[in-house]
Parts: sequence; C-alpha cells; structure tokens
Amino acid sequence: MMFSPSASHRSFQSRARDIAETLDAAAHERDELVPMSVYRALADQGLMSVKLEEALGGPGGNVVSYSLAMTEVAKACASTAVTMAVTNMVGEVIHAFGTDAQRETYCSALARGGLGAFALSEVGAGSDPGGMRTTATKEGDHYLITGDKQWISHGDAARVLVVWARTGGAGSKGISCFLVDGDADGVSVAKHEDKLGLRASHTAALVFENVRVHESALLGSLGGGFRIAMMALDGGRIGIASQAIGIAEAALADTLTFVQASPALRSSQDAQWRLADARMKLDAASLLTLRAAELKDRGESFSLPASMAKVFATETAWAVCQSCVELQGERAERPDSIAARCMRDVRVTMIYEGTSEVQRIVISRAILT
Amino acid sequence: MNISLTEDQQMVQKLARDFAEREVLPKAKELDQDARWPKELVSRMAELGFLGVAVPEELGGAGLDNVSYAVAIEEVSRACASTGVIMSVNNSLVCDPLLKFANDEQKKEYLAPLASGEKLGCFGLTEPSSGSDASDMQTTAVKDGDHWVINGSKNWITNGPHADVILVFCNTNRELGNRGTTAFIVDKGTEGFNPQPRDHKLGIHAAHSCTMFFENCRVHESKMLNAEGMGFKIAMSTLDGGRIGIAAQALGIAQAAFEKAVAYSKERKAFGEPIAKKQAIAFKLADMATQIDAARLLIWRAAALKDEAVKNPKLRHSQESAVAKLYASEMATRVTHQALQVFGGYGYSTEYDMERHYRDARITEIYEGTSEIMRVVIAANVLRG
Repeated sequence: MMFSPSASHRSFQSRARDIAETLDAAAHERDELVPMSVYRALADQGLMSVKLEEALGGPGGNVVSYSLAMTEVAKACASTAVTMAVTNMVGEVIHAFGTDAQRETYCSALARGGLGAFALSEVGAGSDPGGMRTTATKEGDHYLITGDKQWISHGDAARVLVVWARTGGAGSKGISCFLVDGDADGVSVAKHEDKLGLRASHTAALVFENVRVHESALLGSLGGGFRIAMMALDGGRIGIASQAIGIAEAALADTLTFVQASPALRSSQDAQWRLADARMKLDAASLLTLRAAELKDRGESFSLPASMAKVFATETAWAVCQSCVELQGERAERPDSIAARCMRDVRVTMIYEGTSEVQRIVISRAILT
Repeated sequence: MNISLTEDQQMVQKLARDFAEREVLPKAKELDQDARWPKELVSRMAELGFLGVAVPEELGGAGLDNVSYAVAIEEVSRACASTGVIMSVNNSLVCDPLLKFANDEQKKEYLAPLASGEKLGCFGLTEPSSGSDASDMQTTAVKDGDHWVINGSKNWITNGPHADVILVFCNTNRELGNRGTTAFIVDKGTEGFNPQPRDHKLGIHAAHSCTMFFENCRVHESKMLNAEGMGFKIAMSTLDGGRIGIAAQALGIAQAAFEKAVAYSKERKAFGEPIAKKQAIAFKLADMATQIDAARLLIWRAAALKDEAVKNPKLRHSQESAVAKLYASEMATRVTHQALQVFGGYGYSTEYDMERHYRDARITEIYEGTSEIMRVVIAANVLRG
C-alpha cells in the first residue's frame, strides 16, 4: 500500500501547477471568458487529453494523473477546470467507443487544443436522460438531428459535440450518440446562460435544426447511446470530484492566510475547528477520489467508488467554501474575495455530471443489490 | 500510488475475519450483556499473534505492518468492539511504546511476553482531574535511592483489572511541566499498586477499565522507560499510533451496524414494499457506505504512514492519525445512530445487536484523545503550515 503519487503522477501535477500559476481567475470571471490560449497551453502539456496515447498525440497518462492535474487547475480557476474536465471526458468517450477514423479525427484534434462538448441534457431531461426528445432520423446514409440541448459547457466554442438523440422508441434503449462538428450547419447557440458561478465558462443552450451528419458519425452502436453516456459520466465524476476538491483547497488556502494574519482568529477555537474540519474532510474527499481513479486505471469496476467520490467531494467542497466565507466575514463580501468566488463556483459541482441525488441513487442501488 | 491491500494484508484480513466471525461474534451479545471479560478470546488472540501485530517476530510479535494491524482491529471490532479495544490497548499503547522507547533488557523482560500475549498490558496516563490536559497530572514519582516512589491515582484504565503490566506516567519534576513527566513500567502485585474494581460504562462492557491507586509504590529505577522527563513525548507519540487503532475500532463498529441495516432494510416491509425501496432509507444507507469508505481510506493512509515512519523515525503522522480518528469516530456515532433508526423499535431493543453498536461507538469519540483534542491537533498542524 502506497499513498504517495508516483514520479509520473507528480509530473502531470507540476505541469498543471505551472499553467495554473499563469491563470487570473478574477480577470477571467470579469471578462466572462477564459482565453483560448489557456486551453492551447494546457493541450501543449497534454492536459486536455491526459489519457490519450502518444500515437494519437496524447501524453499517455492515467486517471490518477488526470485527477491530480485537475485539482491543481481548479485551485487556480474553476472555469478553466470545467472545460478541461469536459474535454478530457469527451476525448475519452470517443476513444472508448469510436472507430479508428473517429479517434484519429477527433481525439487528435482535442489533444491539440480543440474543445469537446457533451450535449446530453435537455430542458426536460437532466437526471433522467431517458426522457430526452432530440431525435436523429435516418435519411439515406445520413441522420438528421433535431432538438434542443441545455446547459452545454463551452457548447459555443467546441470543435466537436457529442450529441445524444433518439433513434428508436421511448426510454433509454432508443438513444444513440453522434459526433457533430461544432461548426456544422444547423447548430446554433440559442442562449448564453447567466450563472451563479463558473462565469468564465460559457454555458450554452444549443439548437439542432436538421443537422445532417453522415452515418459514420454514429458513436458506438445504434441504440447504445445511453450506455455510452453512463460510462462517460462514471469517469467524468472523478474529474468533477477532483475539480471540487481544487476549488475548496483554494478557498481553504485563502482562509488559512487570513486566519494566520490575525492573532485573535488564530487563537479562536471556532476558527481552528473550521480549519480542522475542512482539512479532515478534504483529505477524505481526496482519498475517495484517488481510489476511484486508481480503480479505473486498473480496469476494475469504479462506478460505485466514482459516485461516492463525487457526492462526498462536492458536498464537502461546498461546506468548506461556505465555512471559509463565514469565517472571513466582511472580507468575503468584497468583490475580489477568493473564498466567495470559490463558493459560487463550487455550487454547480453538486449538480452537473449527476446531481448529489443521482449519486445517492447509484450508490444505494449498488449496495442494495 | 497503490491504495489497496497487499496480498499479505489481505491474508491478515481474512484470518481476522474468520476468527471474528467464528469465535468472537457468537459471544458478543453475551459478553456485552454480562459485562464478561473475554479471557478465552484474549488467549486466542495471543495464539493468533494479534496482541503484538506490528512487533518484530524476534521480539515476540507477529512481525506484520501497521496497515495489517488496523485491518485486524477493524475485523475484530466488527464482531465485538470490546475485544477490539482490548487488542488495541495492548498493541498500540503498551507494545508500541516499549518497541520504540524501551532498552534491550526491558524489551526482553516486558515487550516479548506482552507481544506474544503471555502477559497483558495497560496504559496509565489519565487521572481523575487530568484527561485532555495530560500535562496537569498529579501522580508523582520521587527518587529514593535506586528506587522511585509513586503516589497518585489513574483512572479509566482499559484492561486495568486484568493487566499484568502497567505503563504509568508520573510527574517527576513539577517545575519542568511536560518535560517533568516520566514513564515507568509497573508489575501487577507490586506493593502499593492497587487496581480498583471495574468501571460501569455505557458501552464496550466486556472491556474492563478501572481506577488504579498508587500508594508509596516503590519501583526500581531500571523500570523507568527511556529517560527521566521523556514521559510526555512517549505518551504523545504512543497516542499517535493508538488513534489509528481506535479509528479502526470505530470503523469496525460502523461496518457491522451498516451491514445489518442493509440486510434489515431489504426484508422489512412498510407501505407495501421493502423499506430499502424508500429514498429516505436508501439515501441514508448510501451516505453510510460512502462515509465508511472515507474512514477506511483515512485509516489506511495513517497506518501506511506509520509504517513508513518505522523506517524513517523523523516522519510524523500526528495529523494524519488525528484526522483518521476524528473522522472515523464521529462517522461511527453517526452511522450507528442512523442504522438504529433504520431498525426502528427493533434497534432500541436489547434483543438485537444494534443498540450495542450504538453504545459501543460512543466511546471512540472520547478515549485516546477526544474529538475536541483531535481538532486542536489538526488545527495546530494546519496553522503551522
């Protein structure tokens, strides 16, 4: 048993830290944009496709490295981190289910800095994707995709969209998955969402209007889309757990500096207790997350551990950020407060890629069968 | 990074589980209800090497690592928390400090029989008015020729009524504060050393504890552990290890309560279906499972770090041990509370195990450093940066 990261893990971690140091989260939030140059820099270090093999232009890393790198980036800028998380997830799902041609086209593009977006949710289909209404209708050797997708992170700037649409009857068995170029005809941005946090990460409502894709754009098998989504999200949850931990670590570091500077707070047990509880719970969150990552690296079943990691890490991160804001008092009310930004940014981690409630459904099903 | 048990550690886990399920579990209820000291189980643990798990074989122990130790404590406590703490005290609070701080003669005379289970030990730090603040101890040892004369009292001493040896901490120089504390090894039967009848407690009924009086108890200077003034350092270092044992005990209790709650929730029907189908119950179980796993990982991390510290004594694991103990013990009180809730009235009845788990969990937040002291330790480390 060994808990310390290997040299290879640490190398990804330190490359992520180097880029993280160049980020200016406050400015990105103000501009409501993370410059594309940031993603290219991350891609140059292999961080947009951590697991991709070298032959396709990736660095050939593993999930533990990815998790550690994600946490480093999230410490500096949660918006940058979510784009990194989704792009890695998209690259991975294409790699897992795609044909050689799909891999060569898309995985390599993502490794070079193109963004991947994940178009699953709809207005009436979030936790229950089986209720989706977007359709893909066969016409000769093409499909026509029509429908609306909601809450698509960087859906406005993606090189490739992974789109789920109904090709069969009702329920989860009638869903298939397609790879659509971001600039395909018929894809448009209906709305940029205004959000509580992650304000430098664009969240788009997308409209698909008779978007014509060749049948070779089908990812995996016809009707196999639901399984692809679930598998992608199992892995994605490790990324979001790692992101949440990074955000909370940033809030905690900021608060620790604040407390250390004040003799009154240093000696206050209330402040000490908050710091101790935060440290304890973040340690637990990190171990749950790394365990899930490691199981995934070993090719073992990791769906249950990933859900445990996600619900524990995101709820812990939220509680830590909230406690940090509470402790900083008036300081956290100022517009440049790091802890307050972290609190706003972290809230969504309990929602996207499976809400806390969905994680508890996954966990309870696993332990009760 | 490799967060999983090695093959050897898995073998220890299986050995401990088999022992716990076959020999301990069938007796757990009776031991609790009669508050009976499990003499025969202590002997069996001696045979299995469970009383000196991490002590090298040449010194009478099983020669295993601290992760194996934590795993074994969890398994034994899953069956019976009283048996778990008897084991933990002898390993963590007696063998470990002797291994680290005793001279060769003391190791031969005391560590070897304690680690092999020929003798049983206890740890005398707490006093009637000195618990969390161990520096405020009133028990004194005064030099008289080549002997030390001990006066004072110690209380809540787990294993006390049955121990052959006590490691007792005394004030040898009041002016020096913590640096005036010294530890001595005292044999049962030494004149002036008087263990009192066992305490009556909320839980861990079969693990007897007692108050001990020292009245002009004369101990030869060769029984001093390490050096004069080293007592506080020895005590703190010992508790850093002990907390891993208590955390593992708490984990075992929680695991037992959780497994029973899962099984019961699938059988018990209400409103026409098993209560496991209700999110009110299913989500509780999901949270229990997650928190139990979190505790186990924190414990393994602390134990693995202690194993590294065996090779590199400069390495400290105070913070990681405190984190593991704080999390696991609070988790155990939460999980047993919720597991009892799943059982409803049956949880409250002494006919079933749940109320025992609930009572047994409570102490883990108190002994070997309360939850409050754990937070003091963690915060001090965090603030030091």
